[in-house]
Amino acid sequence: MHVFKDAGHLFRLAAVFVAGGLAFVGARAFLVPKSFGQYGHYRGDAIADIAARPLNYAGHQACEDCHTGVLEKKKTGKHVHVNCEACHGPLANHAADPASVQPPKLDTAVLCVRCHEANIAKPKSFPQVASTDHSTGLPCDTCHQPHSPAITGETTTGGSK
Amino acid sequence: MVPCAKPLCEIVRCDKENVTVMSGVEGFMYPNEVELQWSVLIVLYPFLTGLVAGAFILASLERVFQVQAVKPTYRLALLTALAFLLVAPLPLQLHLGHPERSYEMYLTPHRTSAMAMFGFVYLWYLMAVLVFEIWLDYRRDIVLLSQSTTGWKRLLYRVMTLGSSNIGEHALKVDERVGWLVTVIGIPSAFLLHGYVGFIFGSVKANPWWSTPLMPVVFLFSAMVSGIAAVMLIYMLMRWSRKQTIDMPCVDTVASYLFYTFIIDFSLEMLDLIHRIYESDESFRSLDFMVHTKLYMSHIVVQIMLGTVTPIALLALTQVVKLGEMARKRIYALAGCLTLIGIFAMRWNVVIGGQLFSKSFLGYTTYKMGLITREGLLVAIALTILPFVILWVLVKLLPPWPEKHDALRQSS
Amino acid sequence: MTITRRHMLLLLPAAAVAWKYVLAGTPEASPNYKLSEHWWGMLIDLPNCIGCGNCVRACQAENDVPDGYFRTWVERYHVSDFDIENPHVDSPDGGLHGFPPSKEVGGKNFFVPKLCNHCADSPCTQVCPVGATFISPDGVVLVDKKYCLGCRYCVQACPYGCRFIHPKTKTAEKCTLCYHRITKGLTTACCESCPTGARQLADLKDPNDPIHEFLKTHSVQILKPNMATHAKVFYNDLDGSVR
Repeated sequence: MHVFKDAGHLFRLAAVFVAGGLAFVGARAFLVPKSFGQYGHYRGDAIADIAARPLNYAGHQACEDCHTGVLEKKKTGKHVHVNCEACHGPLANHAADPASVQPPKLDTAVLCVRCHEANIAKPKSFPQVASTDHSTGLPCDTCHQPHSPAITGETTTGGSK
Repeated sequence: MVPCAKPLCEIVRCDKENVTVMSGVEGFMYPNEVELQWSVLIVLYPFLTGLVAGAFILASLERVFQVQAVKPTYRLALLTALAFLLVAPLPLQLHLGHPERSYEMYLTPHRTSAMAMFGFVYLWYLMAVLVFEIWLDYRRDIVLLSQSTTGWKRLLYRVMTLGSSNIGEHALKVDERVGWLVTVIGIPSAFLLHGYVGFIFGSVKANPWWSTPLMPVVFLFSAMVSGIAAVMLIYMLMRWSRKQTIDMPCVDTVASYLFYTFIIDFSLEMLDLIHRIYESDESFRSLDFMVHTKLYMSHIVVQIMLGTVTPIALLALTQVVKLGEMARKRIYALAGCLTLIGIFAMRWNVVIGGQLFSKSFLGYTTYKMGLITREGLLVAIALTILPFVILWVLVKLLPPWPEKHDALRQSS
Repeated sequence: MTITRRHMLLLLPAAAVAWKYVLAGTPEASPNYKLSEHWWGMLIDLPNCIGCGNCVRACQAENDVPDGYFRTWVERYHVSDFDIENPHVDSPDGGLHGFPPSKEVGGKNFFVPKLCNHCADSPCTQVCPVGATFISPDGVVLVDKKYCLGCRYCVQACPYGCRFIHPKTKTAEKCTLCYHRITKGLTTACCESCPTGARQLADLKDPNDPIHEFLKTHSVQILKPNMATHAKVFYNDLDGSVR
């Protein structure tokens, strides 16, 4: 075995490398998260972590469970498919505790133009107006009831202050 | 430039008035694209690993291809490679959002990701190639030094001997054979070390400035160019600062290798350029405009004119005309410096350039480099200087000079 | 150490309390939700988009999206005459505050909402070095922010520009298709707040989902089909000028 004669130093180096490799394998056993690889090359628990985020929007079903009157009103007009929180904003905390969390009152002078201000990029068939000409500065709910916006003859109880 | 229906400059100019607050943006960019993701540190990283690969290839010329003329630079090239390799992970660590999690690349490397290979390729190259080869070549000197020095140095050398003091003739022959084998394995390893960096960019189909099969090859050849130039410069500088003679046949040979490698590198880059201009796909107008405006200084002036054409012309001159020693030294020094600047500019143009244009091909942003931030200019400069500091320490511990070896051997 | 009855008396109530919190985080909290029964996507019905920006605001409110970054955004296109290859596009603040009046006149003008396409063959999950971003068994591309290194490779690899690095957590972030909502039977925040039905969540594995009929009867495209990402966000009536 003369090829291994005088190669003691190489075996020592090899031993260092093997020791390093074993240390790595050992460390790996307890450093890799337990759920890793459960569904694929990722931490399986991450799915649960992400799904556990709290809600800010309640979803229209939650609103409609209580506010049945508004729901009926909406069904008579063009805003039937506009969900409550599209205008009223995220209200999951109100849905969870209706008594203690009051939704803020909306200002139609600002709210409605977000959708209905005329713009050439909007679909032609979508109802849009140049607000300054259309309402001469009056808030929209002076004439329109937001939950059923078509003007039928009855006016609303007045605009917001 | 391909003639087009409406010049891109016109579109960008009108959109400049139309677009809002995003500062430094011309035209349209997807909102999340405005801020650059990869900074100057990611420019520095391929530059440093490129020097490693190039220096090693130069060293392997002597070891494997028996080019005796470059022997004086052999050990210096290895030490240079080691110094730069030790610093190479630092820009990456500083750039990560969570550097404390970087060990995850060793624990759960994602096999489809080129970047995941970094940890293993780096470790392989560092331990199984570079450190192993340096150890084998220096082992005799290490053993002698462990016997002749005192204090903490003695302890250090003794650790480095791994407890074996066998420097008999047969043991050294074994070292020689194994060292040759390590170098043979080391050459493709060096290609892998830098080729994968090119692949990291070249495989990103979302980015047309990066996405080309030529990218790993271009990176590799420009790495070799920068590494050879760096070792040549370091060798000349160190000999000059120690008031020792510069081995001219050695430097002439190194310079000729630099010249030939540069020709190949330049050809590859021209091939990429001509291909792009000819095919003129949907990204071309946007990229072309970017090169002529935002990247004009760094690409046309610094990378191509100053950093490639000029050094090639200077080196060609030395190959064609018989010049005196002083003239050749000066030309080599100048060519070497310009080469390094040019290769750095190439990394800059790839990394930063690839993020300046929008993937919508309708706009451009600006790179705002910080000064004292974690990824800023000062850190980049510090990381460029650090390898030289490490090299200085390595040269003190493991002297690469032939005169020093002989003195050591005489005293043993 | 043997577990005595005394240990059990102390441990059990604590475990019962803790268990509630453990369960709250699991998909099993919505006990009817089985990962393998869903394959999520979205339908963007472009003729209905009015560029109101409700979706951008809702996403920001629901997911605490940091200022200046966007999990979803709306682009406005102006295409003059036959010049499909050179549209004028703008997206002021991602459409967060809607759009000011257009400066252009004539031509073709429309809005295009954009978000993560939750690609079935996503290039972003391919390049993640550690497995911090992945596609869930129910088809949503997600980021594990406890595992992400913040290397930004995924941001580079996304052809659609939908990813960013969160300035506080320093990890990659993007649209999660409101995973925390859809696993509870709700729709995404953007779809909930869209007043015209331009955005609709779609479950491609649910035979009753209207998407199937829609895909059969309309001209539908995905963004950048040449990238072969198998995107799952389908655009109805997507114009050729859209980037």
